[in-house]
Amino acid sequence: MIEFFRKLFAPTNSSQTAKERLRLVLMTDHLSLAPDMIEQMKRDFIDVIAKYVEVDRDKIEINFEQQDKALAMLANVPILAVNRNGGGGDGGKKREEPATVEAAAATGSTGSTATPALPRRRRRKKSAPPAVAPSNASPAPAG
Amino acid sequence: MHEVQPEPVPVAEKAKRGRAIVITSGKGGVGKTTTTANLGHALAARGCSVALIDADVGLRNLDIVLGLESRVKHNLLDVLDGTVELDDAIVRDKHNASLVLLAAAQTREKDEVDTEKMKALVERMREHYDYVIIDCPAGIEGGFKNAVVGADEAIVVCTPEVSAVRDVDRVVGLLGNKFRPQLIVNRLRPALVKKGKMLSVEDVNAILRLPLLGVIADEPEIIVTTNRGEPIALRKDGATAAAYHAIAAKIAGEDVAAPTVEIKETGFFGRLGAMFGGAK
Ligand SMILES: Nc1ncnc2c1ncn2[C@@H]1O[C@H](COP(=O)(O)OP(=O)(O)OP(=O)(O)O)[C@@H](O)[C@H]1O
Ligand SMILES: [Mg+2]
Repeated sequence: MIEFFRKLFAPTNSSQTAKERLRLVLMTDHLSLAPDMIEQMKRDFIDVIAKYVEVDRDKIEINFEQQDKALAMLANVPILAVNRNGGGGDGGKKREEPATVEAAAATGSTGSTATPALPRRRRRKKSAPPAVAPSNASPAPAG
Repeated sequence: MHEVQPEPVPVAEKAKRGRAIVITSGKGGVGKTTTTANLGHALAARGCSVALIDADVGLRNLDIVLGLESRVKHNLLDVLDGTVELDDAIVRDKHNASLVLLAAAQTREKDEVDTEKMKALVERMREHYDYVIIDCPAGIEGGFKNAVVGADEAIVVCTPEVSAVRDVDRVVGLLGNKFRPQLIVNRLRPALVKKGKMLSVEDVNAILRLPLLGVIADEPEIIVTTNRGEPIALRKDGATAAAYHAIAAKIAGEDVAAPTVEIKETGFFGRLGAMFGGAK
């Protein structure tokens, strides 16, 4: 409802639109201008995931994408194995097929009512089990 | 024994170390040349000696805005090439003798400028003027590099538009910390800002986060002053002239209040006028 009114009145305030567009475009600019930082962030990110599950480092894909109201980091992390005591909860069930973690971290969406930037699930293997979205890396509503 | 007095040339003063400031923006047409001309006049009006360099080689404009086009005989490239002496290439302003211009070459290319020679020239001019102000061309290529190479301070001009802010952001990134860039927001329309139809100075600077040097309104009279070749800073009164003088005072290190924006309704038609001040 709030969203409806926000949208209804949005077109009159073009400076707000300008601000939003500017914020997003600059984030994208700054990312592309800091390749070293991005690489370091990717490495750190993978290291964190690897603390919990065994990942296929060579097949990891991390991309940035400008979405409607946010800049999203989309990560596709093939998982080779889950520790017996890992946080996955399914108690060391061994899988043949690597599972895939798709994490999306969206930056700075406007206000709390804004539509959460849902990761478009790309390249998900049909045979793969449902993707696990780590709660600390996704703004998507839980459940 | 007595020294022979040299001819009264524009660079007659003895060695000093003036400030070299580049006026840049990235995006074209946001008001770099207009700003350069007006700040040149405003600084000269304070009694400072000021040299303006038009570094927009190939698209010479500054002489027109200053109304000096008929006086220009030689240009920046002649000096850099060594075919003409600096003193012979420099043109003195009609209104204020402490303001001089080194015009750009209209029929040459930006890449004909030798970066090292440009740097040396600005260095040399700083010994004779309190301020050397360089009007930078649009873009971030060679012309930009040559314009900034001799400067040690930068003023970035930005209009309240997404593209202009983005380009200034890029330019500031390229300049790095060395130039301590300061911001002038140009062509602001306070009435539109109030209606939510234009980015405000705060919106712009929430992103750029630069020291705010001043704000210049979108001023229809600037067209008239450009037509005449008499920058608006020459006028005795008016909010825009005052705003340029306030910026000059701030550049000179005076404690100037932050630029204020007032929306004033005047006349029966509720005409909206903008007041900018702070130099009081
Ligand atoms: N504050 C202002 N109010 C109204 N018009 C302005 C203002 N500032 C600049 N202009 C106008 O905008 C146009 C572009 O200005 P100017 O030539 O100074 O920009 P520039 O950044 O030097 O352009 P370029 O990138 O082509 O060198 C000119 O017609 C000028 O008169
Ligand atoms: Mg110009």
